[in-house]
Amino acid sequence: MIEESRDAIGRIFRQEYGRSLAMLIGLFGDIDVAEDAVQEAYALALDKWPTDGLPPNPGGWITTTARNRAIDRLRRRTRERYLLGEAALLAGDGPPQEGGDMSDDRLKLIFTCCHPALAAETQVALTLRLLGGLSTEQVARSFLVAEPAMAQRLVRAKRKIKAARIPYRTPAVHELPDRLPPVLAVIYLIYTTGHSGPEEPGLCGEAIRLARLLAALMPDEPEVSGLLALLLLIESRRAARTRPDGSLAVLGEQDRDRWDRGLIEEGHAIVRRCLARDRPGPYQLQAAINAVHADAAAAADTDWSQIVALYDHLYALTPTPVVALNRAIAIGEAHGPATALALIDRLEAELGQYYPFHAARADLLRRLNRYSEAAAAYQRAAALAPPGAERDFLHHGGRTPRP
Amino acid sequence: MPHYMLSVHSVEGQAREPMTEEEMRRSHQLLSTVEEEMKESGMWVFSGRLHEADTATVVRTAGRQTVTTDGPFTESKDHLGGFYVIRADDLDAALALAAKVTAAIDTPIEVRPFAATSEE
Repeated sequence: MIEESRDAIGRIFRQEYGRSLAMLIGLFGDIDVAEDAVQEAYALALDKWPTDGLPPNPGGWITTTARNRAIDRLRRRTRERYLLGEAALLAGDGPPQEGGDMSDDRLKLIFTCCHPALAAETQVALTLRLLGGLSTEQVARSFLVAEPAMAQRLVRAKRKIKAARIPYRTPAVHELPDRLPPVLAVIYLIYTTGHSGPEEPGLCGEAIRLARLLAALMPDEPEVSGLLALLLLIESRRAARTRPDGSLAVLGEQDRDRWDRGLIEEGHAIVRRCLARDRPGPYQLQAAINAVHADAAAAADTDWSQIVALYDHLYALTPTPVVALNRAIAIGEAHGPATALALIDRLEAELGQYYPFHAARADLLRRLNRYSEAAAAYQRAAALAPPGAERDFLHHGGRTPRP
Repeated sequence: MPHYMLSVHSVEGQAREPMTEEEMRRSHQLLSTVEEEMKESGMWVFSGRLHEADTATVVRTAGRQTVTTDGPFTESKDHLGGFYVIRADDLDAALALAAKVTAAIDTPIEVRPFAATSEE
């Protein structure tokens, strides 16, 4: 019973962490002070809630408690007395307000974490830690690095933010072309980290929340809308990706009745608005591709020629080997596996260590009845894939193991 | 207000097209515009341009003796060519200024905060 409520408190904490932290950084202008205070509030919640029950607004409770703890602590530190005056002025006596200003704080924190003065991998790690509420250990695990190394990287990044005064603010419009792409990339990475790791499903929700926030605050940036639509459309299929026995169901085999219609409709509406604006970018195009999949009542009804056309456009904008691979897979559906295999084989040098490359080859070889080559490709893909349902699927030669 | 050092790095023997006289004039023009802007906005504190690295001398102690050697401290292709000490609201303001300097003279600029200044 106690364990259960500890889990529930952990979940609430991860959901509220970024919001509370961003708010406190906004008040005190110091990441370390804010982090310590939010951690203290969490420890207090773990202590009180299992016996007293949840407060009516757990998120508000965490923020208010953390704010009071931080003020207590600063009061003890004369050196930071000037901060206290500022904080007391801003905080007032009432509970923190829901909505507007707090959302804006989180947006500022995203832009701080994704500042170009920080290395790309640090941007993602810091966003996961500060906004996603993941522990250092969890962040380290999702990057496959040792915890002390990750801790050091995070400490160094926070020190640089403080020493170099990386500002805590939303960039001006003229700065956005430079500052927005890493923010979008980080939100997308947070989503995909949650999507591929079964232990962090909360990350998907957090990524979507961040994308919604960004889209609401930047309605004139079509790529922001594009990213939101993309995430909603991928998310609409999440339940159908797993069969009742926990194994993976690939797109073509999914039970489409389990797709979330509400998310699909919302995603579709955004894609239509993007099309009307006619300023396509990579996220919008990927969203449009996913919208075409969502349109098909059955896998056989998928309009593959439209998907190929969208991939052509995407490849023209971002000519990466991964886009070339996905384009080739779509061509395989529209024009047959032999055409696709010829295209894919050209990507070997660049994608030889990328498991989806071998998985796609395996599938095409199987459809061409070249079974022994297909089996070898499945094993190659399984050896490179991270542990999880997808690797099990590949390990069983692209078939779901039956009990 | 925080202070930053913008150090201008010159890379020895960098394979670059030699500037034409016209380009050099344009570069000087751009740089003096940026410097004027720095001074007018109150960001400028101090700046200086250094002679080539081969004019440098290093002094160090070895035991009780002072040893003086010819040449720069580190043997590298990349040397400090000059610097600006500026005050700026935050890193973004300092980076924006560095971007203007590098646009004028086309050399990399390292932006680094001072640990503390007398004004803080």
